[in-house]
Amino acid sequence: MGVEQKLGNMGVVTTTLEQTVNWARTNAMWPMLFGLACCAIEMMSAQAAHYDMSRFGMELMRASPRQSDLMIVAGRVSKKMGPVLRRLYEQMPEPKWVIAMGDCASCGGVFNNYAIYQGVDEVVPVDVYVAGCPPRPEALIHGVLTLHEKVKGDKFKDLVKDIK
Amino acid sequence: MEKSLEPIVKDLQDKFGVTFEEFRGEVQCIVKPEQIVEALTCLRDDHQFELLSSQTAVDYYPQTSPRFHIIYQMTSLTRNLSVQLRVPVSGDQPKVPTAANVYKTAVWRERELLDMFGIEFEGHPDPRRILMPEGSEGHPLRRDYPLGYEEPQFSFNYEEIDLRKPYAKE
Repeated sequence: MGVEQKLGNMGVVTTTLEQTVNWARTNAMWPMLFGLACCAIEMMSAQAAHYDMSRFGMELMRASPRQSDLMIVAGRVSKKMGPVLRRLYEQMPEPKWVIAMGDCASCGGVFNNYAIYQGVDEVVPVDVYVAGCPPRPEALIHGVLTLHEKVKGDKFKDLVKDIK
Repeated sequence: MEKSLEPIVKDLQDKFGVTFEEFRGEVQCIVKPEQIVEALTCLRDDHQFELLSSQTAVDYYPQTSPRFHIIYQMTSLTRNLSVQLRVPVSGDQPKVPTAANVYKTAVWRERELLDMFGIEFEGHPDPRRILMPEGSEGHPLRRDYPLGYEEPQFSFNYEEIDLRKPYAKE
């Protein structure tokens, strides 16, 4: 990338549109408030001073699905919560991602019974599963960074294919 | 039994022929299903039991008749007394007259019993499920209801379960 090095001193960088868009998406990925159980406590901890997710442009937890890009499902999803969760997911504007945080959201965890979905992937498509009961804030941040890696690899031609 | 409770149990015995058991000072009166509304009305109006503090059921499966006991836990706030009424009902099509006209609390309590045990309350003003989503099958607190909902996915059966797992679409 010889051009970047030459033009860097002049405050100009050349890159591809794809990279710029993905960079913008990853560095201001606002999560939606979706604390359902004890995982929410770890999610709050990840937001707060000790772990400080705002380092990754995620300081804003939006209460409205219209303003968020990422849904962190933190906790077990009951059969009655499922339709609500799906509806909130559908209200989020594209592009949108989902992290299933913790064992309960990933696979039902210890709640193998009539009231709980055995994994939130039965309700919404999931991008990243974070294991743990509950996962520590580091684990959640690792999940978020894994998602960032995924988003950075997005290609425009795949997006066009999805729209068709 | 507490001294002040004795005339009340005696009254129930005279009017409704209830049998009673005592365990560690707690009194349980067995009442016939057709007399429960009168018994509750009698306790409320004549003996100052203002509060139906709990209404629940027990499943004695595989015993079939009676399979269920419906339990009415009564409290008198003015006299600081409590007494329990039990109504035995059989397993096939369990049916009891509603207590909703005596105690308003019973409306939601009986909806819960309908939802969890499948006990029908005749004359209930709003017989719908209360906890489970509408359209769900079975009554989860019955003892013959299956315990596990889904086979856990391990590495040895991952693919087999993955094939029939209902994944959500975009």
